[in-house]
Amino acid sequence: MWKTILRRVLIMIPELIVLSILVFLLAKAMPGDPFSGSINPKTSPAQLHRLMAANGLFDPWYVQYWHWVVNLFHGKLGMSYEYQMPVINLIKQRGLNTLWLATFTMILTYAIGLPLGIFAGKHEGKWQDTIIRVFNYITMSVPFFVVLVIGIWIFGYALGWFPTSGSISPNANGMGETILSRLGHIILPGLLGALFGTVNIVQYLRSQVIDAKHSAFVKTAVAKGVPEKDIYRHHIFRNSLLPIAAFAGYSITGLLAGSIFTEMIFSYPGMGQLFLNAVNYRDYTVITTLVLLYGFLNLMGTLISDIVLSIVDPRIRVE
Amino acid sequence: MAYDFNARDELSDADLLELSKEAENEATPSTIKVMMSEFKVDKIALVSAGFIVFFIVAVILGSFFINVPHIMETDLMGYYAKPFSNYILGADASGRPIFSQLVVGSRNSILIAIGLTAISSTFGVVYGLVSGYYGGYVDLAMQRVYDFMMIIPMLMTIIVIVTIIPNYNAITLTLLLSLFYWMGTSRLIRSSTLAESQKDYVAASKVSGTSNLKIIFREILPNIASLIIVDTTLSFAENIGVETGLSYLGFGLPDGTPSLGTLISNANDPNNITQYWWTWLPAAFEIILLCLAISYVGQVLRRTADASQRRGS
Repeated sequence: MWKTILRRVLIMIPELIVLSILVFLLAKAMPGDPFSGSINPKTSPAQLHRLMAANGLFDPWYVQYWHWVVNLFHGKLGMSYEYQMPVINLIKQRGLNTLWLATFTMILTYAIGLPLGIFAGKHEGKWQDTIIRVFNYITMSVPFFVVLVIGIWIFGYALGWFPTSGSISPNANGMGETILSRLGHIILPGLLGALFGTVNIVQYLRSQVIDAKHSAFVKTAVAKGVPEKDIYRHHIFRNSLLPIAAFAGYSITGLLAGSIFTEMIFSYPGMGQLFLNAVNYRDYTVITTLVLLYGFLNLMGTLISDIVLSIVDPRIRVE
Repeated sequence: MAYDFNARDELSDADLLELSKEAENEATPSTIKVMMSEFKVDKIALVSAGFIVFFIVAVILGSFFINVPHIMETDLMGYYAKPFSNYILGADASGRPIFSQLVVGSRNSILIAIGLTAISSTFGVVYGLVSGYYGGYVDLAMQRVYDFMMIIPMLMTIIVIVTIIPNYNAITLTLLLSLFYWMGTSRLIRSSTLAESQKDYVAASKVSGTSNLKIIFREILPNIASLIIVDTTLSFAENIGVETGLSYLGFGLPDGTPSLGTLISNANDPNNITQYWWTWLPAAFEIILLCLAISYVGQVLRRTADASQRRGS
């Protein structure tokens, strides 16, 4: 048990190092230098040269890499050229918005996926099951960004039920209104994300329920006269709950990738939108930090999922 | 039919023919045959497959008749022309005809999706076969690479690389995307190769001294062929979303090259999305239809690969 966790954490370290080298090299390959934002027409090339030398930009790449990593651990991520503020503050601000949206989407995904999966398994082969399978097939096939565009068109513009941009209305005053306005801005993107993110949960839960229905322990429970509701609650659902919860870690990757599309389409000021803006303005410090951060979050997500799954399922533990 | 094989001399040609026919009927039907019979039963699948083939051929042939630089020129007279006027599907803010852009864009997007599927699936299949067959340290090393690829923020990395590469076109874009989209296939093929290499025929081949490469590509590969066909079809549906998504964000095909994604990105302008629906809605509908059709064919193929779910004979 502890061996598995230790091994999994140890594997993480080289992955993190390779990821950071990759991000560093990408940053080096980008045109321009970190001073593009702070020089003016009066700066002479000699001055710029001295500035670059003082900051170690002529050192071999591994020395530069080492300095970069050390700064990273000290929280020195550099300045954003476009926003003229430390990257770390910028990301704190935008990250919170993305966190709201992602958390809300994840909660909705489970709130929709769990009942659908159990319902489909319960009515295996009947029309209810068919409807859910058609729903799964549609959500699996259609590209997510097309869904978002169609969604904002129908519910945002045509029907006008939801706001089409921003994270909060400028007129919101007071605690209650602020919360309501924030919620109003994330309902549509969150709901669409959740509806199109349930496939894995529904399919897994459905097959679990079907397997369990035919297993000996459920048949015994039925024979002993346990009510159907209790069988589902205590015998079937409980067994599938932890693996389902473990999916949350894996789905972080999808949520983060989706956030780029969602935040662009809904003009939602989160990290995805920040990234796209940074790319358009060639704001390199922001780009590298975000790529590294997203990679790190993906890594933590899979780490947590792997560990939870190894706790639940002894078969995948390493001896 | 009981037959005395010792009396071989008396076997006439007609008898031989009948015997081989009988053997053929008794043998497990070939994958292709099973697929054909499944398509005969499922009419929606037949219609979907017909639609996909017709559509791909139509846009490829149609785009030969369209002068791309000419349609991408700005034409003030066509400013937001309404559909069914001089223009079949109207025109966008620069007076460029939507219909012609749609045909050429579909061709570009579909060809990139086909190229991406071909390259990434081939690589994924070989990767999975080698990793699953050799096992041990080879597998361990290859799976670490796989793990690493899974945690890379793919979309972001692709966007960054696209901005770094000075000149890129459809081919470099396809190659770049292929670097990032082989993992799903490789995982699937690896697990089925693992199962397959435990079987007796592989052990027998090894004992009789068949080379590893021959076992992998001549013996295991044909046995998982139906799985590969299913996976390739489903990846094709997914890959249509990859390039169009990137082009939608503005990091796919360069300006002046129509793509379904750039057409949908017309919707980013609130005026377009509310008033000038014809600038983006046809492309969106087309992607939805195409993906649903391809994915449906994939589902049917998956059913045929799994004997317990077949509807046909």
